[in-house]
Amino acid sequence: MKKPILELKNVTSGYNEIQVLKNISIKAFEGEIVAVIGGNGAGKTTMLMTISNIVPVTSGEILYYGEPIHKKPADVLPGIGLCQAPEGRRIFPRLSVEDNLEMGAFLRRDNKKISEDIEYIYQLFPILKDRKKQHGGSLSGGEQQMLAIGRAMMSRPKLLLLDEPSLGLAPLIVLKIFEIIKEINKKGTTVLLVEQNANLSLKIAQRGYVMETGKIIAQDDANALLNNEEIKKAYLGVSD
Amino acid sequence: MEYFIQQLINGLTLGGIYALIALGYTMVYGIIQLINFAHGEFFAAGGYMGVILLSFLSANGYLATYPWLCLSGAIILSMAYCSLLATGVEKIAYKPLRKSSRLSVLLSALGMSIFIQNGLMLTQGVYDKAYPTIFSQGGFDFGNIKVSYMQIVMLLITILLLILLNLLVFKTRIGKAMRATAQDKTMSSLVGIKSDRIISLTFIIGASLAAAAGIMVGMYYGSVGYTMGFVPGIKAFAAAVLGGIGNITGAMIGGFLIGMIEIFGAGYISSEYKDVFAFIILIGVLYFMPTGIMGENIDDTRV
Repeated sequence: MKKPILELKNVTSGYNEIQVLKNISIKAFEGEIVAVIGGNGAGKTTMLMTISNIVPVTSGEILYYGEPIHKKPADVLPGIGLCQAPEGRRIFPRLSVEDNLEMGAFLRRDNKKISEDIEYIYQLFPILKDRKKQHGGSLSGGEQQMLAIGRAMMSRPKLLLLDEPSLGLAPLIVLKIFEIIKEINKKGTTVLLVEQNANLSLKIAQRGYVMETGKIIAQDDANALLNNEEIKKAYLGVSD
Repeated sequence: MEYFIQQLINGLTLGGIYALIALGYTMVYGIIQLINFAHGEFFAAGGYMGVILLSFLSANGYLATYPWLCLSGAIILSMAYCSLLATGVEKIAYKPLRKSSRLSVLLSALGMSIFIQNGLMLTQGVYDKAYPTIFSQGGFDFGNIKVSYMQIVMLLITILLLILLNLLVFKTRIGKAMRATAQDKTMSSLVGIKSDRIISLTFIIGASLAAAAGIMVGMYYGSVGYTMGFVPGIKAFAAAVLGGIGNITGAMIGGFLIGMIEIFGAGYISSEYKDVFAFIILIGVLYFMPTGIMGENIDDTRV
């Protein structure tokens, strides 16, 4: 049995009095892609923000390699290999593409390897190389998503949290980005993928969770979820 | 024409001072959206630290022998002193209020301003302190145009500091982290930037630039007083607004413009109204062009 790289144990969290996550328990094992699917307002983004400790945990535990991390400030997590490409990409709009990538490697000091990694990101997303001097804010949605993933990869994460990489993008771009996610995963990065696009994400994931109003309502192998009648009806757009 | 050029040189000298002070306003605003009304006091504190150090050096005779060394030493020490002061102010008066409304922090800043000003008065006395003369009163004469040594020294120091600041903010890793923090604090912590440190650093940079300006003004006008931070502080604030608050290049341009406007206004309209011009500009900018010259979102020179 592989060991879990990330484990949420009965995690509750939210904003002030509003509880968003209710007793969430999920696991991500080393080397896999785990998809968490669910509709708007299910609490997917809150879950990732809770893992990154932007939103504090009110009860429960978050374990990373078996160590509790929910008390650690957000800004140390990229240093221990946990990095997030958040919802809405959050590119630094007035930094150049290259500076955005450089900021992704903020906690690293190995300058030579950083430049190699920037080159690697440019190989994954050649368009970013053409735009490297441009402001992040001037990129198209798809390019910004590529940059957001690239920036997160710059910290050399062991676990990459991806929040709705398909949001608002043309289908072809989405396919391309999902290809890259697969490739990143093949090179050894565990991916926790939060998505509304259930079909695509379950196709690249090994396991999946279904989230609804702050609770996990189903979990299974990705294939099983893809063939689950109820999930099909609710999330995969199959009508009968 | 000669009169014009003379005023231009005077305006540049004064404008450089405003630019140095305005940068502190604009950088702090860029990072935590606070108009740091205590900023003018760092300028005054720098001026006082300068007079204390230079008087000491002058009394021991070092100043006459090594003027440059003493001057740079005094500037660097004052900058360091004001950095400490600013870090203290930030920790005591602003950090605990980080999650409160912007108005609370603003009031806290006003309180800090009164506190430091009175602190200067209590420790240094109510009378102006005279600066020792370092550089001879002479200068270069081009016909009727006179450029004093002091003006040249001031311009050189100002330009040097502005270049260093630009290199720091736009070329170094830490400068980029500063701009990233100003643009998106949540995202910057997600990439591992400690925003508290960046905020302290911003205060340190702003206060040390103001301290350097304080010493230069002290030397230029020959003395410092405990209320000296107020009017230049507000004028520099006008400069920051004119340039586009939050924008570093804007603050530099705004500073030089306000200096010029003040000097030309005094020279061609009426010197009685010298202090009024900056405020007319401030009101005009707020009324007609609230984002200032560089406009908040036009380019990446916003911190």
